[in-house]
Amino acid sequence: MSKLPSFAAFGNDLYTGKRSYNFVGKAKLWFLIAGVAVVISILIPVAKGGFNLGIEFRGGSEFTVSNVANTDVGRGEEAVAEVAGTADPKVTNIAPGTMRIQTEKLSDDQTIQVKESLADTYGVSQDEVTSTFIGPTWGSDVSRQALVGLIVFVALAAVLMALYFRTWKMSLAAVTGLLVVMVVTAGVYALSGFEVTPSAIIGFLTVLSYSLYDTVVVFDKVRENTKDLDKRTKRTFAEEVNLAVNQTLVRSINTSVVAVLPVASILFIGALLLGAGTLKDLSLALFVGIILGTIATIFIAAPMYAWLRRNEAGIRKQAKRVEERRAGKTPAVADA
Amino acid sequence: MPRTGPGSAAKKTLIWLGVIFAALALLLGGGSMWSNASWTPKLALDLEGGTQMILAPEVQGGDNEITAEQLDQAVEIIRQRVDGSGVSEAEISTQSNRNVVVSLPGVPDAETRELIQASAQMEFRPVLAGGGGQGAAVTDPTPAEQLPTPSAEPTDKSDTNWITPELQTEFETTDCLNPDTIANAEQAPADQPMVACEPGTAGKYILGPVEVPGADISTASFGMAQSSNGVSTGQWAVNIDFNDEGTDAFRGVTERLITFKGDPRNQFAIVLDGQIISAPTVNNVITDGNAQITGTFTQESAKALSEQLKYGALPISFDIQSEQQVSATLGADQLRMGIIAGLIGLILVAVYSLFQYRALGFVTIASLVVAGVLTYLAIAILGWSQNYRLSLAGVAGLIVAIGQTADSFIVYFERIRDELRDGRGLVSAVDTGWKRAKRTVLASKAVNILAAVVLYFVAVGNVRGFAFTLGLTAVADLIVVFMFTHPTMVLLARTKFFGEGHRFSGLDASRLGAVPLYRGAGRMREPGDAPALRGKNKAAAKEAERRMTIAERRLAEKHDSMAGSGRSSEKDGE
Repeated sequence: MSKLPSFAAFGNDLYTGKRSYNFVGKAKLWFLIAGVAVVISILIPVAKGGFNLGIEFRGGSEFTVSNVANTDVGRGEEAVAEVAGTADPKVTNIAPGTMRIQTEKLSDDQTIQVKESLADTYGVSQDEVTSTFIGPTWGSDVSRQALVGLIVFVALAAVLMALYFRTWKMSLAAVTGLLVVMVVTAGVYALSGFEVTPSAIIGFLTVLSYSLYDTVVVFDKVRENTKDLDKRTKRTFAEEVNLAVNQTLVRSINTSVVAVLPVASILFIGALLLGAGTLKDLSLALFVGIILGTIATIFIAAPMYAWLRRNEAGIRKQAKRVEERRAGKTPAVADA
Repeated sequence: MPRTGPGSAAKKTLIWLGVIFAALALLLGGGSMWSNASWTPKLALDLEGGTQMILAPEVQGGDNEITAEQLDQAVEIIRQRVDGSGVSEAEISTQSNRNVVVSLPGVPDAETRELIQASAQMEFRPVLAGGGGQGAAVTDPTPAEQLPTPSAEPTDKSDTNWITPELQTEFETTDCLNPDTIANAEQAPADQPMVACEPGTAGKYILGPVEVPGADISTASFGMAQSSNGVSTGQWAVNIDFNDEGTDAFRGVTERLITFKGDPRNQFAIVLDGQIISAPTVNNVITDGNAQITGTFTQESAKALSEQLKYGALPISFDIQSEQQVSATLGADQLRMGIIAGLIGLILVAVYSLFQYRALGFVTIASLVVAGVLTYLAIAILGWSQNYRLSLAGVAGLIVAIGQTADSFIVYFERIRDELRDGRGLVSAVDTGWKRAKRTVLASKAVNILAAVVLYFVAVGNVRGFAFTLGLTAVADLIVVFMFTHPTMVLLARTKFFGEGHRFSGLDASRLGAVPLYRGAGRMREPGDAPALRGKNKAAAKEAERRMTIAERRLAEKHDSMAGSGRSSEKDGE
C-alpha cells in the first residue's frame, strides 16, 4: 500500500519534470564510464587468455549422468580410464545428482563402452546417461553463422530505425548503445568464466533484439517530445531528450523488471536444478544483457543522440532562443 | 462522446478474436480427429529423448563442391536407408545447404550409424543371370547337391563361373518383392559378384564384379531420343557421358556384352546402394563414352534416373560433426523444469503487474493468458502441418516472450497514465494513449520480428528453434495487443470501477497527479507541459476538472509544501 503511491508519484514527478535526472547533461561522464567498461571488457578475455569455450568449440565427447547418488568425481575418471586410457576425462558435478564428463573425441565403440561403464560406476540405468559428440568445427560453424546473423540484423535494424525515425542519428545512437551492451555482456561472460556455448550465443543474439527494442520505445518518446521544437522555447533540444528519458523511466524500469523476472527464473531453475545446459547458458546472457540494454538506452543511446545533434544549426538557434527567454528578454511560447 | 461507437467496435474486435480462436481450435480438433494432429505440441529431440546427428558431407576423391541438388539426393538416400533399417519417425533434413541433420528416436545401433554415414556408391556391373519380373523367391530352391559348380576360374566379368552354389541359392531364396529386402540391400565389394533387385521391374539378378565405377560418369542428362538421322523418336532417353577412363572401360563392356544378344548377359546393371536402378541391354558398342539408355521412360522417370546418375558421379560420404544422445528421462526432466521456470516467471510477472498496476494487472494477466493460448494453438497446428518441434531453446524463447509480451502492455498502460496526468478523462486517455502506444508497439515489435527472421534464416542448429518461437510470440503479442488488450481497455474505461478511477484500478487519476487543464490559484502547471486545448480535448479536460477537485486540493497542498522546502524545480515560472 505504501510503495505503489510513492512509485506512482515518482512517475508523476518524472512526467511533469518536477523530478528530473540529468541523463543527457552528464553525457560525457556516461561516455567515459562506458568507454572504460568497454576497454575493460575487451581486456578481460585478453588477460584471461580467451573465453571459456564450451565443448562445441573445442570438440570432444561429453556425457551427462543424472540421478547420481554418489557424486564422486574420481569414479567417473576411473570409469573413462578403464575404456579409453588416454581420453583425459574432465569430470564435474554440475548440479545436485548430475555429473558431467568431458573427454577428448572418442570413437563410436568407445562412446558406447564409456556410457556403459559410467552407468555401472554411478549405479544408474543407461537411460540416464546422455552422450554428445561434437566435432571441432561445429562450434565455429555456429558462431560464424551467428556473426553473420548479427551483422545482417544490425544493418537491417539500423536502416529500419533510420526510416522510422527519419534520422540516421537516432539509428547511429541506438547502434552505439547496442555495441556497448554487446561488448560489456561479452566481458561479463569472460569475467564470470561461464562457458560459451551455442546456447549462450542464442541468448546473446536475443539481447541484441531486446536492447534495440528498448531503445526504440524510448526514442519514440524522444521523437514525440522534440517534434516542432523550433516553435517552442520552453526547453532546449537536449533538455527535451532528457525529459523524454525521464518520462519513460518508469516504463523502462517496469519493462526491464518484467523482462528480467522470467529470465531470472530460468537462470535460477537452470543453474540450481539442472546444471549446465541450454537454459542456464541462455539465461545468463539474457539476464546481463537485458539489464545492460535498459541502462545503455538511458545512459548511452539517448545522450548520444542529443550529442550527435548538438551542432545542428536549427538546434543551436532554438537553444539560443531558450536562453534568451530564460534571461527574460522574450516571453515564453507555449506548445503549439 | 457517443457511447456506442468505440465501445461496439471494441466488442466487435473481441468477437473477431473469439472467431480466430474458435477457427484455430476447430482446425486442430478436426486435425486430431481426421488426421494425425495432436493437442500437444510436438517435441524436439532434446525434450523427447533420442539421437541427433549433424552430418557434414564429404566428397570422396576430388575437390568438387556439393550442390544443393546433390545434398537433396543424399538426404533422399539416407532417408531410404534409415526407413529401411526399421527406424520409424526419423527426420532427415538439410541445414543451411551445408549439413544434413538426422534425428532419430532412441539410440541407433552401430549398424544404423554406419548405414547413415556410408557413402552411396554407384557402379556398373554386368548381369550374369536373372531378369525383370523374376523377383519372387523360389519356394523350393535347388538342393545343394544339384547346384552347378563353377568349372574354372572366371576369365572376364561376364563369366558365369562367378556363380558359386552359395550365390545361386542366395539368388533363388532372395525375395525381391519384399520391401525389406530392397531396403536392406548391401553392395558387395567391387571385385565380388552379388545378387541384387531392381524394384522398378520386380527384377532379380546375379551381377558380376564392378566394370565401371560411378565416379567415372562425368555427367548425365535426359531428353527425347533421336534416331540416327536426327529425327525424334518420341521416346524419353537418359544420356550418360563418361570421362576418359569410363569411356575406355565402357567400350570394353559393350564390346563384350553385345556378343550375348538374347542372353541375360547382354544387360548391364546400374547399381546404387545395393539396388539396381536400371538394367539396360546393350544394342551398340559405345566407343565415344556417350551412352544413351532408352526404354519405357516417362519424362519423370528419365529425369529421376539422370539425377541418380549425376549423383553417382559424386560419391558422398558423411562425417558426423556432432552427435547428441538425449535420454528420454533427461528430456522429460528438462521439459518439466522448463515449464516450472515458465510458471514461476509468469507468476512473478503477474505479481509485479498487480503491484504496479493494481486491477489493471488483471488485464495484463488475461492478455498473457490469451497470448499463451494463441501461441500454444499455433505451435500445435504448426507441429501438425509443418512438423514444427518444440526444443528446449524454443521453450526458453517462450519464457523470455512472457516478459516481452508484458512489455507491450506496460508501454500502453504508461501511455494511458501519461494521458491521465495530462488531465484527460479515462475514455479519452485510453483513446489517445492507444493511438500513440500503437505506433511505439508496432515499431518496437518490428525490431523483434526482424531479429527473429534474420536469426531464423541465417543461424544454424537450435538457434532456429529459438528464433522461431521468438518471432511467433512477437506476432501473437501484436494480435493480442490489438485484438484483446486494447478493446478490453476501451470497454473497461466505460465501467464505473475504472472510469471513476477507483483507487485500486491502477488508473486512479488522483494518484497519477492528474492536473486539470486550467486551474485557479495555486496553479503549478507550466505552459510547456500542458497539452493545447484542442477542440476535441475540451470535453475531456472539463471532465477531468470535474472529477479532480480532491486531487487538485492535494496537489496544491503538496505544491505548497514543496515550495516551502525550497525544492522547487529548476523550471522557471512565468
